[in-house]
Amino acid sequence: MAIAEQRTSPQAAQGSEGSWHGIVLQTLKRNEISLIPYVPDRVLTPLIKNLHADPFFTTFATAREEEAVGIVSGAWMGGRRGAVLMQTSGFATLANVLASLAVPYQIPLIMFVSERGTLGEFNYGQSLVCRTMRPVLDSLALEHHTITRLDELEFITDRSIRQAVTTQAPVALILNPLLTGGKVFDK
Amino acid sequence: MNTRNTKVMNRFDVTSRLVAKLKHEEAVIGGIGNTNFDLWAAGHRPQNFYMLGSMGLAFPIALGVALAQPGRRVFALEGDGSLLMQLGALSTIAALKPKNLTMIVMDNGVYQITGAQLTPAAGVADIVAIAIGSGLANSAWAADEEDFERLVDDAMAATEPGLIAVRIDDKPGVGTTRRDPVQIRERFMHGLGVREPL
Repeated sequence: MAIAEQRTSPQAAQGSEGSWHGIVLQTLKRNEISLIPYVPDRVLTPLIKNLHADPFFTTFATAREEEAVGIVSGAWMGGRRGAVLMQTSGFATLANVLASLAVPYQIPLIMFVSERGTLGEFNYGQSLVCRTMRPVLDSLALEHHTITRLDELEFITDRSIRQAVTTQAPVALILNPLLTGGKVFDK
Repeated sequence: MNTRNTKVMNRFDVTSRLVAKLKHEEAVIGGIGNTNFDLWAAGHRPQNFYMLGSMGLAFPIALGVALAQPGRRVFALEGDGSLLMQLGALSTIAALKPKNLTMIVMDNGVYQITGAQLTPAAGVADIVAIAIGSGLANSAWAADEEDFERLVDDAMAATEPGLIAVRIDDKPGVGTTRRDPVQIRERFMHGLGVREPL
């Protein structure tokens, strides 16, 4: 029900507390994650819009996802926490930076991936590239969670951020269409 | 570009000149390969970070440090081949306008470390023109070593991000960075005052 509301009502984007993006924003803030570089995605639009509107966050687009990973890695070493927002196809560009920067240097890289390619995908390329994501994460033994339920979102996000920071290890939080509504053909 | 009236300098020499000017615990990010090998050879500092991979990310990493510590000046050293992999980063930096970030590009037109193959930009593209076109108005070629030092002095007081391009020879790096990523990162964080040693 909540999902359907978000998909049909643009007003839902205005920081509504109980929406998936409202919960993500508040959880980031509570964990003092203030630097948010992203490569945009349709599903992430309300989150990105509300992050831009909140002066607590420094939110900006980068040209590539690995650039965003470099930025939050540098910021972490300088004492400021960040997280990267991207789409499945963007994650597919990250194998090298994960294996040569985030993992070996033990950087708590926090990634939010809007999942395309499943549950109603209309673009064959998206469905193919989606299948590379979890094998890449698993091949590096990276922590990742696929979030499908609104009632589990805060727990998974909050605990995963804390774990990433305390264990100095990257984490990928995959935002499934069951949570966000996803992107459908008529959009 | 044959229109450049610039001297061909040496990476280690230029890097040493930069390091000699660092008096205020400025952070320095050394890009992959020879760029950080020469930073290492110029004498390790706690505020140096050495990249052992992720080609092209010296400027983005430096941007992150600059955004995290706006009161500290940050230099990033990058090769021309590396920069070509991540030209979009120049626009990101131009848009964010960090006052404390200076980018230095070591341009020899070749991938020295893999056998000195020409880059696709060699002889056709101009790094400074690309940087200016990306929105970094404060970008210049260093004409010679003295000019490089003058540009670094200017950078120390700059109020906008800047880029200094240096034409260099095809010599390999002088040293070899110790490849211990966890120690490199941890010591860098100590050097930036983010953490205390155990």
